[in-house]
Amino acid sequence: MPVVLETVALEKHFGGIAAVAGVSLSIEKGARHALIGPNGAGKTTVINLLTGVLRPTAGRILLEGEDITSLDAYKRVQRGLARTFQINQLFLDLTPLETVGLAISERLGSGAQWWRLVGSNPHVVEEIVEILGRFHLTDVMHERTGNLPYGKQRLLEIALAIACRPRVLLLDEPAAGVPEDERHEILATVAALPADVTVLLIEHDMDIVFSFADRISVLVNGALFVDGPPAEVARDPRVKAVYLGESLDA
Amino acid sequence: MPPALVGKVAHRLATRARWRLLEYAFWLAALASFFLLPNRHLILTEIAWLALFALSLDLILGYAGIISLGHAAFFGLGSYLAALLAKHGIVNEPVLALVLSGLCAAVLGFATSFLVLRGSDLTRLMVTLGVALIMREIANQIPDITGGADGLQGVVIAPILGLFQFDIFGHVAYAYCLIVLFILFLLARRVVYSPFGLSLRAVKGNPLRAASIGISVNARLVTIYTFAAFYAGIAGALLAQTTAFASLDVFSFERSADLLLVLIIGGTGYLYGGLIGAVIFKLMQDWIANLTPQYWQFWIGLVLVLIVLIGRDRIALRTGGVRLLAERITRRFAPAAAPVAVPPGEGS
Ligand SMILES: Nc1ncnc2c1ncn2[C@@H]1O[C@H](COP(=O)(O)OP(=O)(O)OP(=O)(O)O)[C@@H](O)[C@H]1O
Ligand SMILES: [Mg+2]
Repeated sequence: MPVVLETVALEKHFGGIAAVAGVSLSIEKGARHALIGPNGAGKTTVINLLTGVLRPTAGRILLEGEDITSLDAYKRVQRGLARTFQINQLFLDLTPLETVGLAISERLGSGAQWWRLVGSNPHVVEEIVEILGRFHLTDVMHERTGNLPYGKQRLLEIALAIACRPRVLLLDEPAAGVPEDERHEILATVAALPADVTVLLIEHDMDIVFSFADRISVLVNGALFVDGPPAEVARDPRVKAVYLGESLDA
Repeated sequence: MPPALVGKVAHRLATRARWRLLEYAFWLAALASFFLLPNRHLILTEIAWLALFALSLDLILGYAGIISLGHAAFFGLGSYLAALLAKHGIVNEPVLALVLSGLCAAVLGFATSFLVLRGSDLTRLMVTLGVALIMREIANQIPDITGGADGLQGVVIAPILGLFQFDIFGHVAYAYCLIVLFILFLLARRVVYSPFGLSLRAVKGNPLRAASIGISVNARLVTIYTFAAFYAGIAGALLAQTTAFASLDVFSFERSADLLLVLIIGGTGYLYGGLIGAVIFKLMQDWIANLTPQYWQFWIGLVLVLIVLIGRDRIALRTGGVRLLAERITRRFAPAAAPVAVPPGEGS
């Protein structure tokens, strides 16, 4: 399988600390790739570097073979790289309908049109309805996002990334903070993504990681510690020692 | 996918931009004021251009979250240009001169928009203030052209479209300003309800996420800032044409500060805030100035304090229904973070 997303000796320093220290990661097309590691390992920082929210101190990022290291965040989205945030980043004053509509118009290149009214493009409306339905948001689509319960906001967080119709999707703990009985909704939507969409998942719950991933990278103190298929990672004694000990023995 | 639902959603989206009853009432009242208050046309003229000026600030503050303490830079440029075009007979027809003045203000807006892309609200206040002060100083330094501290004398404004000559009672002036205000309001309304307008609210609400769904945050901010500068330039040109005069105070700090006050009175982010604010502000100014001319500043300060204190519970009519203005008031001076910031709480 070809590599779609690749980092070369990626570094990010905050003051004196190296949050990401020389990470070279390859993600294959269509992969279900998990990025795990203890709290503060640098997982979110890697995502922020990949998406252009942060600029790396050193190293390069390649998307489908092209260097995107200094590309603006929004242009990476236009090239098919979308993400969700560990902590919801939503438009609290807009409705889910407007929010999803924004992402779709933007993708179709009509987001800057000022002479048409919102909703006058039937393709956009159809797609909004489809996505809201898929994420169980139809009944709350006219409500102010800020007023929605957390679980719904979390679904919208993911729906918004999906609405960008990414070729590579980066999910930063999508089920975090969601009650146990609502988690399956989120995980099911992730599982139902088309096979050619590449997914990088950050997750602490090992049950989720091992049921989802066909490849796992372990990040410790900003460095790539182990990288391989799930069975291999699970067997690795160093991983057990450093990070997975309790969860895997259980 | 249920086609009925698609239809309903499309309908719902279409009704976002539908004219509300109160909007009709507002514009009918404006029209009625022309016929019913013929001897108040002078102050109504002032209200009309001030409303346009405030609408301009609302476009950047209420929709894009850019706060400015120097909006007079564009107003002033429009003012001087309109006066100069008429004085030297470069463009005699007022409507054409008006548009030209607005376009030049837009060019200035575009050129200075890059200064407000980044930074906190405080830096934006300072930078915009600085631009207005520079403009004022430039005008002051070229008295041969601007008339310097004496202002630009001897401006004669030709009849509008060659047909309507300005009169001393302000009849033609008010009709002219009201029509320009209405046309530009319609345009602003269109923009606000477009995908572009929606994306502005997204940029204001969460620039980080806006960029993460592919919105070019900077491009949107540059566009609306330029557009708003056009409006401010037109407002300034209206002042110059209706008074046949331009002076340094078109650039003054007080003018920019008063404008913020107008928006605080009227509220931001629903297009009518600047219009309603302008009516209240001017009437209040007129009324208080008649009672106690020297204490105008004191009373306006008191009103400002009261508005902020009681504002939390005020209710504003807004598209889609009644919503608490409180949100808007509390957030008015903290409209947006820097365009791309590290997500709060992430990575700690
Ligand atoms: N903007 C920032 N400024 C300074 N330090 C930061 C910043 N972002 C992250 N860090 C530091 O970088 C390190 C890695 O943080 P990061 O959020 O990437 O970890 P993580 O693996 O996502 O952790 P978690 O599992 O808790 O989400 C931490 O020590 C954090 O304090
Ligand atoms: Mg994290």
